[in-house]
Amino acid sequence: MITTSNLHKHFGRIHAVRGVSFSVQKGEVLGFLGPNGAGKTTTMRMITGFLPPSSGTATVCGHDVSDAPVEAKRVIGYLPENAPLYGSMTVRDLLTFAAEIRGFRGKARAARVDAAIEKCRLGSVRNQSVATLSKGYRQRTCFAQAVLHDPPVLIMDEPTDGLDPNQKHVVRLMIREMAAEKAIIVSTHILEEVDAVCTRAIIISNGTVVANGTPDELRARSGSGRLDDVFRKLTLGEEDVTNG
Amino acid sequence: MDSLRVSMAVFKRELRSYFESPVAYVFIVAFLLLTGFLTFSVTQFYERGVADLQPFFFWHPWVYLLLIPAATMGLWAEERRSGTIELLLTMPVTMTQAIMGKFLAAWLFITLAIALTLPVVFTTGYLGDPDLGVAFSGYLGSALLAGACVAIGMLASSTTRSQVIAFVVSLIVCLVLLLAGWPPVTGFFVRWAPTWLVDAIAAFSLMPHFESMQRGVVDLADIGYYVSVIVFMLFATHLVINNRKSA
Repeated sequence: MITTSNLHKHFGRIHAVRGVSFSVQKGEVLGFLGPNGAGKTTTMRMITGFLPPSSGTATVCGHDVSDAPVEAKRVIGYLPENAPLYGSMTVRDLLTFAAEIRGFRGKARAARVDAAIEKCRLGSVRNQSVATLSKGYRQRTCFAQAVLHDPPVLIMDEPTDGLDPNQKHVVRLMIREMAAEKAIIVSTHILEEVDAVCTRAIIISNGTVVANGTPDELRARSGSGRLDDVFRKLTLGEEDVTNG
Repeated sequence: MDSLRVSMAVFKRELRSYFESPVAYVFIVAFLLLTGFLTFSVTQFYERGVADLQPFFFWHPWVYLLLIPAATMGLWAEERRSGTIELLLTMPVTMTQAIMGKFLAAWLFITLAIALTLPVVFTTGYLGDPDLGVAFSGYLGSALLAGACVAIGMLASSTTRSQVIAFVVSLIVCLVLLLAGWPPVTGFFVRWAPTWLVDAIAAFSLMPHFESMQRGVVDLADIGYYVSVIVFMLFATHLVINNRKSA
């Protein structure tokens, strides 16, 4: 349902993403791993149509993101990094806005908003303005806007970043609940998350894919059988190996 | 039809965001106090003994110069700063829909503030017999001038994540465009520039088009001028955001 082929992104002289190709099928949860600055966020921004690729293509449910951006965006639910939200709006208004922009009117709109509030356990803060919410609730509100239209494709950039263990657990639970009927990409640099939610993982380093397989396959690539070691082995540059 | 609804969703959100914070109320009060003070105290509305709206409309460009950049500085700069631009532009919205929605919201907000000055017209009507046609064309010109300033402010806001920079840049651009046809400014160019260039600079000025509408002359050329300034600024905003989304 998600296919990228040979995606490149240049920012001036910086070559941030260098030929990323992969695909994700329905029912898969793809863990997108890599150190900070490896190009995870840039790749996700190209798939979601926020940044145009310098070259290469990304296709979501058959819609090319560059040629048919609106059609592609309609089938994607996206949770951007740090869960950006309009601070002055209440949770309810924000979700109503998202529902409206996604084409729901009248009763259907109200039903979608209520369902998203229910699903993401936001009932107690529905009338609170987003600026006053804790990090966990903000994250969940942003998650709610991403799943409100029940998209076949869900893309989440570090959904558990900065959350406490209980909140992380809730977010992972929500991802697992939806895993069966969607194609999901979750970026993270927390390796325990891969075992917790992912069916497959990609490790990206310096803008290129250095590993692609199930968590067990990746583990087998290191002598110790630990994901941390594979991650370190694949992503540390030569000058970093000595530094640690 | 559907595309209109998406624009409307952006429009409604933007308009509400003015009223959800104190911004709208501070702005409207400041706008009314400032126009009132300038009209009644500085140009001595009562003392001049003529029941017309000339001293009232005279100040509009200068009030806009100060306040419209403040109303528009956040339109895109705040989206950039807080990262919500990523949220907005990954929703099924085209850039044109987003820009139109925001522009119309800001413009309507200013128009609302302008409409609240209508008591000035009633006062004038009570004191004498002003030409209501002239009042109407003055308001029309004022609203169009405000639209042009809003479009300029939105372009400035789209270039930066700092609202202060957006404010200063749009203030300067509006100032230059307001003064472009003013004799001291054209005089500065006349000394060395060819006549066609002086005329071209003067022709870009926002002011003469407003002045003729203030006097009651509604010329399609004046309306066309403001519409083309607005369209140009919106188009430039489109280019800027397309090229520097994450900056």
